[in-house]
Amino acid sequence: MSDREVIEREADPVAVGRPVHIRLGARAWAKKNLFSTWYDALLTLTLGSLFVAFGWTLIRFLFTSDFAILRVNLALLMVGGFPRDQLWRPVVALILVSILLGLMAGIGSASARDTAEQTGLPYQRSSPMAVLKRFWPVLAFVVVVLMLTETLTPWLVAGAALVAGVGSFPLGRGLPAGVRRFGLVILTIIIAAVYLVLVSGGVGWDGWGGLHLNLFLTVAGLLLAFPLGLLLALGRRSTLPALRAMSVTYIEFIRGVPLITLLLMGIFVIGFFLPTGFRPGNVTRVLIAITLFESAYIAEVVRGGLQSVPGGQVEAAQALGLAPWKTMRRIVLPQALRNTIPAMVGQFISLFKDTTLVVIVGMIDILGASQSANAQGAFLAQGLHRVTLPFVALAFWVGSYVMSREARRLEHKLGVGVR
Amino acid sequence: MSTAITKKVERPPFWRDLRVLRVLIQVLSLAVIGAILYVLWFNLTTNMRAIGIRADFDFLTQPVGVSVTGSDIGAGSAVWRALLVGVQNTFALVVVGIPLLTIIGVLVGVARLSSNWLVSKAATIYVETLRNIPPLLIILFAFFVGVLPLPDILEPARILDLAIITNRFIAVTGFSAAEGFEIFGWIMLVALVAAIFVWRWRTRVFVQTGEPHHRVLWSTGLLLSVAVIAYLALQGPFELSKPVLAGRALSGGFSGLGGYFAMLVALVLYTASHVAEIVRGSILAVPRGQSEAANALALSGFQRLRYVVLPQSLRIAIPPTINQYLNFVKNTSLGIAVGYAEVTLIAFQAIGNGRPAPQMILLLMGAYLVFSLTISAVVNVLNRRLQLVGRT
Repeated sequence: MSDREVIEREADPVAVGRPVHIRLGARAWAKKNLFSTWYDALLTLTLGSLFVAFGWTLIRFLFTSDFAILRVNLALLMVGGFPRDQLWRPVVALILVSILLGLMAGIGSASARDTAEQTGLPYQRSSPMAVLKRFWPVLAFVVVVLMLTETLTPWLVAGAALVAGVGSFPLGRGLPAGVRRFGLVILTIIIAAVYLVLVSGGVGWDGWGGLHLNLFLTVAGLLLAFPLGLLLALGRRSTLPALRAMSVTYIEFIRGVPLITLLLMGIFVIGFFLPTGFRPGNVTRVLIAITLFESAYIAEVVRGGLQSVPGGQVEAAQALGLAPWKTMRRIVLPQALRNTIPAMVGQFISLFKDTTLVVIVGMIDILGASQSANAQGAFLAQGLHRVTLPFVALAFWVGSYVMSREARRLEHKLGVGVR
Repeated sequence: MSTAITKKVERPPFWRDLRVLRVLIQVLSLAVIGAILYVLWFNLTTNMRAIGIRADFDFLTQPVGVSVTGSDIGAGSAVWRALLVGVQNTFALVVVGIPLLTIIGVLVGVARLSSNWLVSKAATIYVETLRNIPPLLIILFAFFVGVLPLPDILEPARILDLAIITNRFIAVTGFSAAEGFEIFGWIMLVALVAAIFVWRWRTRVFVQTGEPHHRVLWSTGLLLSVAVIAYLALQGPFELSKPVLAGRALSGGFSGLGGYFAMLVALVLYTASHVAEIVRGSILAVPRGQSEAANALALSGFQRLRYVVLPQSLRIAIPPTINQYLNFVKNTSLGIAVGYAEVTLIAFQAIGNGRPAPQMILLLMGAYLVFSLTISAVVNVLNRRLQLVGRT
C-alpha cells in the first residue's frame, strides 16, 4: 500500500478498517472462482458446455423462428377482443396512467428531498441512468412489442406515454408540500374513474382481455381485497373471541383451497348466491373470486406488519390516554402498514402470476390469447407454442422481476427488520 | 391525613363501558355476518329450487358421464368413484413431486452460494427465471413444447426395449406382482418398523456411550437383508415387467400419461425455485461464525454443510418449505389445463355434465382443505419441536 492511500483512508473516517479490495487478474480470478479443485473444474466444464448449448439453442430460436403469429395477434395479446375501432380508449387510458405514475414518482422524489432537508442527511437525486437500470426489463419488453408491430401508431403511442410520464414528473416534484398527499389521492381517484368509464365504454369490462386484463385484475383485485384483508387481520389480532374465531376461520379456509376452486365457484356458483335475475358478467365474477381469495393472504401480510410493531408503542399510546381506535389509527397502523409494503409487493407479484388462471374459466387474458392464436387456421398444429409461450413468459417475467427487485429495494430503504 | 379515602368506583354509562362494549361489538358483528350468511343461503336455496337442483348429495352415486384415461372410470361410473380416482391422481403427483422438488431445491439453494462463479450464476439464473413466471405457463410449455412433439403412439420411440416414449404416455420397465407379493409386502412393513427401532436404538447408544452410531448402515442393512431373504424364501414375489405396446393398448411396466409428466416437471421445477430461495435464505441466516468455526476445525466443505450449517438452517427452512409443499399440492389443480385427470378436472367435467355445481365445488374445496389443515397441524407440531429450548 502506498503512502498516499494510507493518507486518503485516514481522511475518510468511514473507510478506516474497511478491507482492501484486491483486484485479481483474469487468470487468477478463473483459478479461484472456476477451477479451484478438480471437481470444481469438472462442474465448470459441464455447466459451461451446457451454457454454450443453451445459448446456441436460444440464438437459433431467435433467428430462425417465424414470429408471424405474434405479429398478427399482437393486439389480441395486449387487449384481447377489444373492438378494434375503439382502441383509442385504452390508448388514452394508458397515457393517463403514465401521467399518474409520473406524478407519483415526482411526489415521491420531492418528499424524499424534503425529508433529507429536515433531517440534514445527504440527499442524492437518482439519476436517469439509475432509474433506467432499475426498470430496463420493462423498457426491453416495450421494445420487443414495438419490434413486432407493423404500423407506426404503436410507436407514437409509446412515445406519447413516455413523454406524458416524464413530463409530469417535474410537475409532481413541484407540487407544494401541503397539497401533495391530498392532490395525489384526488388525482388517483379521478384518473381511476376516468379510466374505468373510458375503457369500459363501448364494450363494458366483460369485453376486456389480453395483458390489459391481467393488469386490471391484479390492481383491482388487490385494491378491493385490501380493506377486507385489513379488517380480517385486525379481527385475527382482536381480543374479542367471536371476531377472532370468524377471521381465523375465513383466513384458514381460503388459504387452504386453490384459487382455481374459487374461480370455479365464481363462474358456476356465485350466481346462486345473488338474488334471482341478477347475473354479473364473467370479469365481475372472477374479480369477486380474486378479491375473496386475496383478502385472506393480505390479512396474513398485515398481521405480520401488526406483529412487527413493538408492544411498547401501544402502551405508550395508552399512557398518553389515546382511545383504542385512535391508538390503532394513529400509532399502530402507520408503523404496521409501512412494514408490510415489501410483502405487499410480493403479494402483488403472486397475484399477477395467478391472474393467468382465468384462462381455465374461459377468459382471454394474455395466456388465453396466446392459446387461441395457436388455434387459428393459419397457425394451427404447427407447434407454435414454442414461440407464443416464451413471449407471454417474458411479459410476466419482466413484471415480476422488476417488482421483486423494487420490493427488495424498498425493504432495504425502509429498514424492515432492522432496528 | 390518616383517614383512608374509600370511594365507590363509579361505572361509566353503558355506552362507554368497555365490558358492555366488548359484548355488544361481538353480538353485533355476529348478527351482521349471520344476516349476510342467511341472505346468501336463502338466495342459494331459492335459486336452486327455481332451477330444479336438489340440495343433497345423492348425485354422488349417479353416473359421472365422462371417462378417465388411464383408469377404469367410464361414463357410467359413479361420481364418487371418479372423484376418488381424481384424488389418487393428485396424490400420484404429490408423492413423486415433493421428494423431487426438495432435492432440486436444496441443491440449487446450496449452488447459489457456491464459490464456483459459474455454478452460482447458473443457479441464480434458474431461480430468477422460473420464480417469476406463472406456473400455469410453465405447465403449458412443458406440455405443448415438451410432451406433444414426442413421437406419435403409432410409431413410438423405444429405448432398448426398456422404455416406450410417445406423446400420449411414457412407460418404463417396472415390476409386477407375482405369487406371494402380499406376504412380501407385510414382511417389508414389519422390517421397516424394526429398522426404525434399530435406528432409535443406535441413536440411544450413541447418545449414552458416544460410540459411533452407524445408524444408516444398521437400518438399511437390516431392510436389505430382510428383503433379500424374503425374496428368496418366497421364490420371487415380483418379477420384471417390460412395457409392451400392442396397437394403441399398453400393458406392463410403469407408465404415466403425457399430462402427468408435463405437470410433474413443470411444478417440480417451479416449486423447487421457491424452495431454493428458502434454502439460500436459511443458510445465510446461520451466523457466519459457525462456518468460520467449522473451517477452523478443518472440516471439509461437505462436512461443514452436513454437520454444521444445514442442521441449523433446517430449523429456519422447514416451516416455509412446507408452505411451498402446500402450494405444490394446490397447484396440482392446474392439471385441468393439460387434461390431467386430477380431482379438480374431474369435478369440473362432472359439473359440465350437469352434476350440481354448489355441492361439487364444496366437495372439491373440502378435499383440499382437509389436506391443507392436516399439513398445517403437522407444521405447528413440528415448529414447536424444532424451537430452540432456551440456551444459556
